[in-house]
Formats: sequence, C-alpha cells, structure tokens
Amino acid sequence: MEYSYAYLILLLPFLSFLLLGLFGMKMKKPVAGLIGTLVVGTLFALSLYTAYEYFFVIGRDAATGLYPTVTSFNFTWLDFGKSPLFGTQLLFKIGFRLTPISVMMLVVITTVSFMVHIYSFGYMADLDDNYHMVGFEKGFQRFYAFLSLFTMSMLGLVVATNLFQMYLFWELVGICSYLLIGFYYPKHAAVHASKKAFIVTRFADLFFLIGILFYSFYVGTFNYDLGVMPDLTARLAGASWVIPAALFLMFIGGAGKSAMFPLHIWLPDAMEGPTPVSALIHAATMVVAGVYQVASLFPIYIKFGAVNQLHWIAWIAAFTAFYAAVVACCQRDIKRGLAFSTISQIGYMLVALGVSYSLDNGTGGLGYMAGMFHLFTHAMFKALLFLCSGSIIVIIGSNFKDYMGGLHKYMPITNICFLIGCLAISGIPPFAGFFSKDEIIDACGMMPGWQGVFLKWWMIMVAGLTAFYMFRLYYVIFWGQSYYELDPEHRKKPGEAPMVMEIPLMILSAISCVAGFIPFGHFISANGLSFDIPLQHGELLPALPSLCAGLIGVIAATVMYAPKKNPIPVMLEKKFPRFHRAALNRFYIDNAWQFFCHKIVFGLFSIPIAWFDRHVVDGAFNFAGWSTQAAGESIRPWQSGDVRSYASWFLTGTVALTIILLCIFY
Amino acid sequence: MIPVQCFFVLSALLFFIGVFGFVTRRNLIAMLISIELVLNSVDINFAVFNRILYPGQMEGFFFTLFSIGVSAAEAAVALAIIINVYRVYHSDQVNSIENMKF
Repeated sequence: MEYSYAYLILLLPFLSFLLLGLFGMKMKKPVAGLIGTLVVGTLFALSLYTAYEYFFVIGRDAATGLYPTVTSFNFTWLDFGKSPLFGTQLLFKIGFRLTPISVMMLVVITTVSFMVHIYSFGYMADLDDNYHMVGFEKGFQRFYAFLSLFTMSMLGLVVATNLFQMYLFWELVGICSYLLIGFYYPKHAAVHASKKAFIVTRFADLFFLIGILFYSFYVGTFNYDLGVMPDLTARLAGASWVIPAALFLMFIGGAGKSAMFPLHIWLPDAMEGPTPVSALIHAATMVVAGVYQVASLFPIYIKFGAVNQLHWIAWIAAFTAFYAAVVACCQRDIKRGLAFSTISQIGYMLVALGVSYSLDNGTGGLGYMAGMFHLFTHAMFKALLFLCSGSIIVIIGSNFKDYMGGLHKYMPITNICFLIGCLAISGIPPFAGFFSKDEIIDACGMMPGWQGVFLKWWMIMVAGLTAFYMFRLYYVIFWGQSYYELDPEHRKKPGEAPMVMEIPLMILSAISCVAGFIPFGHFISANGLSFDIPLQHGELLPALPSLCAGLIGVIAATVMYAPKKNPIPVMLEKKFPRFHRAALNRFYIDNAWQFFCHKIVFGLFSIPIAWFDRHVVDGAFNFAGWSTQAAGESIRPWQSGDVRSYASWFLTGTVALTIILLCIFY
Repeated sequence: MIPVQCFFVLSALLFFIGVFGFVTRRNLIAMLISIELVLNSVDINFAVFNRILYPGQMEGFFFTLFSIGVSAAEAAVALAIIINVYRVYHSDQVNSIENMKF
C-alpha cells in the first residue's frame, strides 16, 4: 500500500523522545544529540520521499484533476459509543492524512527541524576563546528530547484527520513551547516568559475548544474533510450562523498560537528560550499553526458562507502586521526585533487567507495559495535569520545591538547569510519573499470594493516597513560602529561561529534564494487545480509598487544606519520622544493586559472569590473539624482509667436498662 | 428435696457478693475472684432453671459447662494481664493502672 511507512513519521520522534527523556542522562551528550539528529534526519528523508510520491509519483487523480486526500491510517483512540447528544457514534480518532498543504508542512517542519538539530550542536556547546567547541552545555540531552517531542507533536498536528486530533497535538506543541522557552530554568525571565506563553496560548485555546464543540455538535463529527461530511441542510436549518461562529472561535485559538493582536504578547518574551528553539518553534513551525488551521478549514469557511469571518481575520491580521512592523523598528534586542518581524509576517499570511472569498484560483482563491506560499518561504528565511542571530549571540554573548556593530569583518559567512535572509524577507527579487509577498498583495487587490484597495496599499506600506526594520537590524549588527573596535584592548574579539552552525545557515540561504521559483500554484491552490503564478512568468508590473516600497525601506535604512555615526535616528528619537518610548514599550499592550489581569480580573473577580473560598468554604470545613474536636475534648474525661468506676457505670447502666425493659414489656 | 428458693437465694447472694467485692476491693486478684463469684451465680441459675423448667433436656447444663470453660480461659487471660501489670508497675493495686486512659 502507498505511504505504508507513514506511521514512522509520528512514531520515530516519539520513540526518540522517550529514549532521550528517560535514558538521556545516562548517555554521553554527543550520543544523545546524534540520536535526535539522526531520527530527524530520517524524518526529513521520509517527508521528502512522501512529498515526491504524493506530488510526482501518484500525482493528480485522473478523473478530477485534484491531488487526492489520502488517509494512510486512522485508528480509534477513544470510543465513547453511541452518544445521545450527537446521535452518532462519538469516536476520537488519530490518523495520518495527506493533503497538498499537509505534505508541504511535513517538508517545512522536517527541513527546519533537521537544520535546527544540526545547528544546536554548535549553539548548545561551550566555546573556548577562539570559538572552538570544547564541550556541551548542561541539559543538552533534555534539549534534544524536547526537540524530538516538539517535532512529533507538530507533525501530528499537520497530518490531523480531525479537529480533535488537531487540538490534541495543538496542546502538545504548546507544552513543548513552554518547556523549551523555560529551558534555562534558573533564569527568572525565562520562567516568567514560559509561563506567559503558556497562559496566553492556553487562554486562546479555550476558544478553540469551544469552537470545536460547537462545530462537532452541529456537524456530528470531528472530521473537517468536506468529502466525507454528512448532509447538514436539515441540521443547520435556522442556525446558519453556527458554523461561521464556530470557525471564528477556532480562529481565536489560532490567533493565540499565531500571535495575532492582541494575543501577541507572549511571542516577544518567548525569545528567552535558546535561539534554535526560537527558529524552529517561534518562527517557522508552531506559530504558523494558526495559519495552517485556517487554511485547512478554508473549504469549510467557503462552503458554509463564513466569508465575513475570513474578512475579519484579514483586518485583524493587517492591523497586527502593521503594529508589529512599527514596534520592530525600534527594538534594541535583535531577537525581539525578529520576533516582531515574525508576528508581522504571520499577519501577511493571515491577510492572504482572509481576503479570499471563493475557491477560484485566479481571483478569490489566490490568497489561499499566496498565504501557503508565504508560509513556506517565510519558514525558510525566518529560520535562517534566527539561526544567524543565534550565531551572533553565541559569539557576542548578548542579544543587544549595542554590543554588536561592524561584525561583517569578523563574521563574513553569517553576514552573507543574514543579508540573504533580509533580502528575502524584504521582497527583493529574485529571493523567496518577493514572490510570495507580492502574491499576497495581489490577492488583496482581488478583494472587491474599497477593502481590497485599502488592504493592498496597507500591505504595501507594511512591506516598506519590513524592508526598513530588517535592514536596520542588518546594519546595526554588521555595519556601523563596532563595539569591539571602540576598545580592542579589553574587549573580546568576535569571530566566526563553529562550522556545524554555518552549514545549516548556508543550506537555508540556498533554499531562500531559490524557493521563490518553485511553481507553487501547481502544488497548492484553493480549488486544487493547477495554475501558474503570474509573477513567475515575467509579469512583474503588478509587483512594482511593493518592490518600490521595499527599495525605499532598504535605502532609508542604509542612509540612517549604515554609517558609523547615526544622526538621523538620534534626531528622530529626540523629536518624537513619546512615540519612540511607546514603540519601544510595544505601545503598552503588555501593560494593558497586565492592567486587565491584575486590576480587573484579579480585583473584581479573583479577590472576592478568594475571600469566599477562604472564609465560607474553608470556614465550613474548619467548623466541621473544630466541632468534632471540641465534642471529643468534652467527653474525653469519661475515659478515666479507673477500672472500678467503669464497673460502676456498667452496673448502673445494666440495672437502668433492665428497669427500662421491664417497664416497657410489663 | 431442697426448695427451689434456696438456690435462688444462694445465687442472688453470690451475685451481689461478687459485685460488691468487685466494686470495693482494690486488689486485682480479689477483683478477679469477685468476677468468678458472679459467673458462678449465673451458672447456678442455668442449672436450676434447666432442672425445674425442662427436666428432660440438657441445654442448661451444657451451657453451664461452657460457661465454666469460658471463665477458666478468662481467668487465665486475666492472670496473665495482672502479672504483666505487676511487672511494669510493681503493684497489684487497681489504682496503679489509672494512667491507661485517653
């Protein structure tokens, strides 16, 4: 049977997690790392083979012209029997489902995961003064165990056959994110960040769960495959709002994972985790789970008339993209800058999905393809950028831009790779981001009415901002005034990171260079039929505005940040101090949440509830205990220890009982 | 034939002597002996009632024998306890074990 090896894709990383988690501490550190890396390498090969088999060997169905949806296995995990509520059998199944987007996700996840596994050998190592690896950090085995668990969970999420399985693995990736953000658990900030990430995403997942319950209650199944869905016209009569509402609730869960405004607050803090983790989880894979969720439910959105909900998503995402881009312009921590850039780019993907309104490839469904294309290219170049920043952080020993500057002389390979990543994300041809981002802007233009026009120019503006903040980051790291050269006597000379970290950078740079030329429309499209992306065939004119915006951004950043002295940013900072401070503090959204949680939720609800608990609930139980004890105390002296008094009481009692019985019976 | 009242008078006397002794004596062995008196009075009652009310039957006598056996066992256990109390407290007085409470 085809894809008979598919179960290995989930089983292998799980076994590797068990092995490393249970016996990792008994192994030598490099052995544990090698096991994890080999397993993910195998997965990488298997996924590539799956993609090859899916797209090229088996290919399109001759009758329909679509790539078939293949369920390689689907076993029953829990059987609740016939449910009176659903009227059908309530089954929780776990399976392996291949669709064009899940195959694409398999490739993305395993590629980035494999690169990160290799890279971590260098990142998690102890380096000597010449930046050679001399040993491995504490917790190396634990790190690889969690990476394996994450890879398994993320793969399980994208191959989910039903919403229940998706939710299950959705929570698993959440817990992996929690574990890995808090990897340096002696650090206060890391623990704090991991808790924040977990609580915020969990809060959003509550809505996902409610959405699933709504959906499954009305549809009668957890499946979201339109092909196997029962006829719902009778069920949904008079309740046509239910499915759109359920879909939007599910999207709120996705918005939490994908860091959409105002649930984005956890992602910048999540940068406390090790940088390879940021690259894998918080840039390339887990944070696009929300995008993947909307994309996999996309046919349902269209079928059940939830186009308005899609448009709401587009507006939320467009605002988020702009907001995050502005904040990214003045971050001093390079990883946080990249984190806001990630939020902004995820905004792009969701805008692309949100502006879609039909399954037609050329017009209403263009955004679906564009969003998925951007997901793919973004995963590659953002992982690249994060891994580059990881190399820099390992060498510099700090996240802050003030300790960098002028690194192009000392880290030439990282410099080139980072530049490629910046060019890709800024949408400069021929790098990957140009094609995917311009498709998104094109798709915005397809939306009818003023909304389409507005969103199109809005996203073009954000493209300009993207180019600006990415090149600002590039210049403050690699050009400008070198921190080392200010005082070479006392400061450590920067150098190139170990080779094992450079190789993944080079591979990802190569992918970022060529990924734009993948004829993506032939693999993934809204209605499944093949179509040509106009941009890839020389129709460059529609891309001109965004290209111009990107170039303006690059030029502005070059003028402002490339020289050794940067008078313009300083002047701007002086001129708009409040705006600058607000942007630096992420426009006080975190503070607003803090206020909401502490003052409103805690003050109005939690404290009265706590009072009730402490005084009423606890009081009732304390009273029960106290009264029992007091009763005991009061009858305790009866047990005097004097045997003769016992005898007297016994005798008196017997006599009394006899008299009573005599009185009763005679 | 001895009048039946005699048995009852004897039994009642034994019983109350036993109870009186149990309540008034402080010596543990004396208290044990008092208990034996109470039991004996009950045994006499059993035997007499069997004889008067159900002359052809034996249940009362057997119960008397059973009771004697039980009281023998009880005496053994009680003596063992008294010996242990004596070993610990060096006394055979009942107020010496007053701290066995609470």
